[in-house]
Amino acid sequence: MKERYKALAASIAARFGDAVRQVDSSCGELTFEVSLDQLLPVCIALRDENSFCFEMLIDLCGIDYLQYGESEWQTDSATDSGFSRGVSREVVIPDPVASYDPRRFAVVYHLLSVQHNYRLRLRVYTGEANPPVVPSVVEVWSSANWYEREAFDLYGILFRGHPDLRRILTDYGFIGHPFRKDFPLVGNVEVKYDPEQRRVVYQPVSIEPRTLVPKTIRDDNRYAPEIKEPGSNG
Amino acid sequence: MAEFQNFTMNFGPQHPAAHGVLRLVLEMDGEVIQAADPHIGLLHRATEKLAESKPFNQSIGYMDRLDYVSMMCNEHGYVLAIEKLLSITPTVRAQYIRVMFDEITRILNHLLWLGTHGLDIGAMTMFLYCFREREDLMDCYEAVSGTRMHATYYRPGGVYRDLPDTMPRYQPSKWHDEKDVARMNAAREGTMLDFIEDFTERFPVRVDEYETLLTDNRIWKQRTVNIGVVSPERAMALGFSGAMLRGSGIEWDLRKKQPYEVYADMDFDIPVGINGDCYARYLVRIEELRQSNRIIKQCVKWLRENPGPVILDDHKFAPPSRVEMKGNMESLIHHFKLFTEGYNVPEGEAYAAVEHPKGEFGIYLVSDGANKPYRLKIRAPGFAHLSSMHEMVEGHMLADVVAVIGTQDIVFGEIDR
Repeated sequence: MKERYKALAASIAARFGDAVRQVDSSCGELTFEVSLDQLLPVCIALRDENSFCFEMLIDLCGIDYLQYGESEWQTDSATDSGFSRGVSREVVIPDPVASYDPRRFAVVYHLLSVQHNYRLRLRVYTGEANPPVVPSVVEVWSSANWYEREAFDLYGILFRGHPDLRRILTDYGFIGHPFRKDFPLVGNVEVKYDPEQRRVVYQPVSIEPRTLVPKTIRDDNRYAPEIKEPGSNG
Repeated sequence: MAEFQNFTMNFGPQHPAAHGVLRLVLEMDGEVIQAADPHIGLLHRATEKLAESKPFNQSIGYMDRLDYVSMMCNEHGYVLAIEKLLSITPTVRAQYIRVMFDEITRILNHLLWLGTHGLDIGAMTMFLYCFREREDLMDCYEAVSGTRMHATYYRPGGVYRDLPDTMPRYQPSKWHDEKDVARMNAAREGTMLDFIEDFTERFPVRVDEYETLLTDNRIWKQRTVNIGVVSPERAMALGFSGAMLRGSGIEWDLRKKQPYEVYADMDFDIPVGINGDCYARYLVRIEELRQSNRIIKQCVKWLRENPGPVILDDHKFAPPSRVEMKGNMESLIHHFKLFTEGYNVPEGEAYAAVEHPKGEFGIYLVSDGANKPYRLKIRAPGFAHLSSMHEMVEGHMLADVVAVIGTQDIVFGEIDR
């Protein structure tokens, strides 16, 4: 990581103390985890204080960590039944009221300081609440408006204090939050023209989910932390 | 006298000036806009979710289809993010090729913007002129990648192949006889670099032509001056980037401020506007056409003198050549692995941004060490620009909505993703 980013990291850690925690980040980028209740004060300070001056919220997005690090295809041991695409598809119907793993949903903020030419990434985990709720930063950066609507639409994350939290990308009347990892890639409903009713109707999808290339995770010594020089490309 | 109330009007989604599928719900008081509520998502294809289900390289083609008028710049953002995670740097020649095609793409994009923006607010001729020049650049796309639009040309570690030695040529037809064709093919006799160099000689004159039609044109100024004014503070708060930010007077260009590839070695200037209105953004983009032309010239010169590999010779992520693959067992294994499973990307997260013709195009990539992205977020410049629609048109007349849509240079492929 470059020296100036080290200095920025130190000044952020000194200014906010327990509210933020620096995360080991590859690629020489600076990432901080912010605690949920401190999000707004931290954001306001990052925008207004002269040593930070993050005037721009470049991007805001949700992430669902449900299947993080899960491989679909295990090849460490030989099978006696031969190989196939090998992806078992259990239909998991999410429990509508159960609380979530506190590190399942996160919201990621990418900030940019035009004045100092810094970039910064903040991540806030939503905790166990169902539905997940995060304070809105629309009051801090106006550009958050549509980004938060998008995160709500795709992940079902609510933003407390957002002036107009409507769906934005999906269809009018859409049900579900399609970018969650337990939402099937093929969707739940399909649209077709019904010649008898002489109109377009919705019906459950008639296609089977199919995996073309299974997700594999392999041990690769080249990427072992002690070999890979941290931030060599930063 | 009768009481008049505000009324609501639908603009689009099927409207030629909506630049695609924008449904704009306008609340009007007579002909004055009180509120604008853009409804987007009619072109939503869940590109980000699809990318999560495919090996990394298979999504490069999807990037072309985001902003379908600046194809290679989208690819550039994506491969940069992968390269960041893999900790690799492409060969120098590949970097020059990328910079050259980024600038060709910028010209392509700005020409389409100029043509359609002109058409929308009453300058029909611009459309025809701009498409004439676009044709030459599209031919460059075709010569280098095989397709005119969706190139899939950039790859992690470099580009798919080196620049070709020939350009496609016109054939005689019942509309063009031998003599016509000979004239049209005059610039196409040499290599692709010759053709591009010839283009860079011709192009500044063409830009002068556009400017004589528009820059001091009374109607053009009436339609753009003081329309959609954005102050520098608001431009930053609204997440503007690219010409939208520079038009408001903020000197910010990733090619200068956070240079990637070989932009640091290039000699070019950043135009900055003063008033932050549609006219300022028009002037900025016109000047960017000239600056891009300058960069292309420098790249052509360098590329002529420095032959070399265009992709890294590491078959863990770049496939071996066909010849190698047919004769060498290890290469065959690499080929098979790459085209079935793909390559694994180390665990981590990266944000890579490029100065796209429309603004900052960013790719946020999260990898959990698998052969597919765990999460891909596309930061599309147009998304932030369009979200400011209400602020930019409030209090303007209905006809100015068209000017504002034009000046935002929105394309729905990237906004809806």
